[in-house]
Amino acid sequence: MSTPDPPHTPRPGDLPPERRQPPARELLRTQGIRKTFPNVVALDGVDFELRSGEVHVLLGENGAGKSTLIKILSGVHRADAGQVFRDGRPARIHSANDAERYGIATMHQEFNLVPHLSVAENIFLGRQPRRFGLLDRKRMESDAAGLLARVGVDISPRTPVHRLGIARSQMVEIAKALSLDARILIMDEPTAALTADEVRRLFALVRRLRDEGVGIVFITHHLEEIAELGDRVTVLRDGRSVGQAPAGTPRDELVRMMVGRSIEQQYPRQTGRDGEQARTATPLLRVSGLSRAGAFSDIGFELRAGEVVGLAGLVGAGRTEVARAVFGADPYDTGTVEVQGRRLRRHDINASLAAGIGLVPEDRKGQGLLLDSSVQDNLGLVTLGRASRGGIVDLAGQQKSAARIAERLGVRMAGLGQRMGTLSGGNQQKVVIGKWLLAQSRVLILDEPTRGIDVGAKVEIYELINELTASGHAVLMISSDLPEVLGMSDRVLVMAQGRIAGELPAGDATQDAVMALAVGTAHRDGGATAAGPAATAPVHMTKNREGLRGH
Amino acid sequence: MATDIHNGSGTGPGQGHRVGKGPSGGRRPGGPGGAQPVLRKLLLENGALSALAVLVVAMTVMSTDFLSTQNLLNVGVQAAVTAILAFGVTFVIVAGGIDLSVGSVAAFSAIMLGYLSTTGGLPVWLAVLLALGTGLACGLVSGGLVAYGKLPPFIATLAMLSVGRGLSLVFSDGTPIALPSSVATIGETLGGWLPVPLLVLLVMGGITSLVLARTYSGRSMYAIGGNEEAARLSGIRVRRQKLVIYALSGTFAAVAGIVLASRLASAQPQAAMGYELDAIAAVVIGGASLSGGVGKASGTLIGALILAVLRNGLNLLQVSIFWQQVVIGAVIALAVLLDTLRRRA
Repeated sequence: MSTPDPPHTPRPGDLPPERRQPPARELLRTQGIRKTFPNVVALDGVDFELRSGEVHVLLGENGAGKSTLIKILSGVHRADAGQVFRDGRPARIHSANDAERYGIATMHQEFNLVPHLSVAENIFLGRQPRRFGLLDRKRMESDAAGLLARVGVDISPRTPVHRLGIARSQMVEIAKALSLDARILIMDEPTAALTADEVRRLFALVRRLRDEGVGIVFITHHLEEIAELGDRVTVLRDGRSVGQAPAGTPRDELVRMMVGRSIEQQYPRQTGRDGEQARTATPLLRVSGLSRAGAFSDIGFELRAGEVVGLAGLVGAGRTEVARAVFGADPYDTGTVEVQGRRLRRHDINASLAAGIGLVPEDRKGQGLLLDSSVQDNLGLVTLGRASRGGIVDLAGQQKSAARIAERLGVRMAGLGQRMGTLSGGNQQKVVIGKWLLAQSRVLILDEPTRGIDVGAKVEIYELINELTASGHAVLMISSDLPEVLGMSDRVLVMAQGRIAGELPAGDATQDAVMALAVGTAHRDGGATAAGPAATAPVHMTKNREGLRGH
Repeated sequence: MATDIHNGSGTGPGQGHRVGKGPSGGRRPGGPGGAQPVLRKLLLENGALSALAVLVVAMTVMSTDFLSTQNLLNVGVQAAVTAILAFGVTFVIVAGGIDLSVGSVAAFSAIMLGYLSTTGGLPVWLAVLLALGTGLACGLVSGGLVAYGKLPPFIATLAMLSVGRGLSLVFSDGTPIALPSSVATIGETLGGWLPVPLLVLLVMGGITSLVLARTYSGRSMYAIGGNEEAARLSGIRVRRQKLVIYALSGTFAAVAGIVLASRLASAQPQAAMGYELDAIAAVVIGGASLSGGVGKASGTLIGALILAVLRNGLNLLQVSIFWQQVVIGAVIALAVLLDTLRRRA
């Protein structure tokens, strides 16, 4: 309830609920912010203004400069030129402490929480209330409980943070921001990993904070969230602020501002044609009766040459778990996996590799890449064993094949020796796919293949998928981006609660049909339950709606 | 090959650095004649190498005895044991692990050589092979504990540190074992001038470089150290490779132990005490990252040479052995600090 040592008055919690009307004070303004990194101009003249009691959405493709701007506002980076004004006065934000003094709290996509400390300790980290020089645990926990109540989340302050899911960790971050008396809250893609229900709760909280007069900078890729939550939108493109618009601006208008072109051809797949042909082909991958206690049960499906099968479902439905088990990265209890008629040994990646099945994992940086190694080393990773004779690697051969595949995939790089970590997300993803192509994998499992890469690069990945299926590969694509699943798949499997809830051919797969299966309302009446999840679920699973898909 | 790649990525920041800190590290060794561009680039891109260059110049200026052939060969001999240990540890550190046991394993292997060739009555060549086998076996045990027992490398090799030291005391009954004269020749010179330890150092360095750059195991080390999960999902047999990595480290330790014992003409149970820390220091000074994925043989050699030049020079300058430790500690910190700053620039 009470927060320790408030740096300045008034505290948001003590205010009577302010009306969301003028006179809305200007809280924060940036003028001509410029920031360059070696070889890159990240920001080149950003003007942005935040008023009290508004949700100001920051919109832009990846690489447009949103993150850099946030990092400048939160004291991680220093601008090369330009000025930040706080309450109309020039502000120098050179460190996280400065940002805190100016009442700016930032929730990054990766949380700044210490997993093994309790919720209360995380909230007051570095500012724990003390008594006689010792930690005053009792006061800390009761203060934390007050903050958690304000946030509206029911967790004990003593719970270690690593036991919380993403959604509740986020609430802890918000509680931390409240404890700092933040007048400005910056939220970087807070809804990216939340379920529909969690999103709804988050939005309610954000609205409440806004009504208390907090200014909120909200970054999202989900365009429909703008109209739902935002007041104003500032669009960034190529490091410049290209315009400001009210949140009610039509979506295609916003997209045009964002990309500077229209994206008619976002999903280049011609579903149906390849699918027709695939129906007659022999299955490359056959999974049946696959179960693992607590994760998924009785999973069965087939994947044919030339086919893209989408695996849709809510986060936590068990899609990634199934993919990893099929690939052999994790064990399963019962069931079988066959690739080209050969049964794979359970939990044996090398057997999968030899049989020609590859996995592009959902966490590109954490599971897919050696960020400190070269592009060549990354491309040659899967084929390292095959390129060795008596333990000696044929480096010349490795280089030749890496060059060939990089060329084919159009990886944009300074050279095969470039360090992987310095490539853009889209190019990194091409490399992860490329290493499996070098291994001549015919079955590719792509888990969230376009997560965190920008619109242009996405289209390139889609085109690559088309090319692969045209040359006889089969693709299982997991994605939380529903239009992507619908736009790219020949068939869609929908998972709910660890089971396959249904299968839809491309023609029948609409957002509503998939969502109905994903939230488990398809077989029910749809009366009482549909009002809840179905109404809000598309918010979570949708990025750009039909209007943008060009068909 | 790939080691050059790491350098390549550093070129960008290195350029900017040239403006800031270039003069202090770059000009001096080149002298008034103007440094050759290649040398200059090499020094700028490699913090440890410039540190070594500065150190050599400083020692030359301060002591007239330093820059003689005899003394330089001497430095090589002094560097040999640390460097060979450090080469073995390089594999482990590149793969994201740590090996604290190499000093003990070196001593244990040397004791086995002494024990088998005297009490055991085996021919020397067989005793040497079995001594190498001892190191290999110790490495396999550590590696097995890490890979299959899932022990943290720090703990597994700490245990081996204790066991190895204990076993060398057991087999020697706590007293030094005089080696047959044929073993002691390893500690002497070839053709009257080239010290054999130096030769062994160069051979082991060559092997390390080859393993890291060109073999399946070597490339796997970078992959495992860089991102173990990505390596596993790409079909690298992580556990088997870890076994190989620690076995290599143990074998290198055995070689170092044999070189050390041959120089002393006796195997001593208390030999190489604390050498594992020198070895780790050499690897880290040489630019390897303790979090794995980065490091190379040439760096480790430079790291070991820095330590050896420093000890040698301080001896020539008659600095007390007590102060030598202080200076060496400071240099370790400074070398790594400089390298960190350079990378960040």
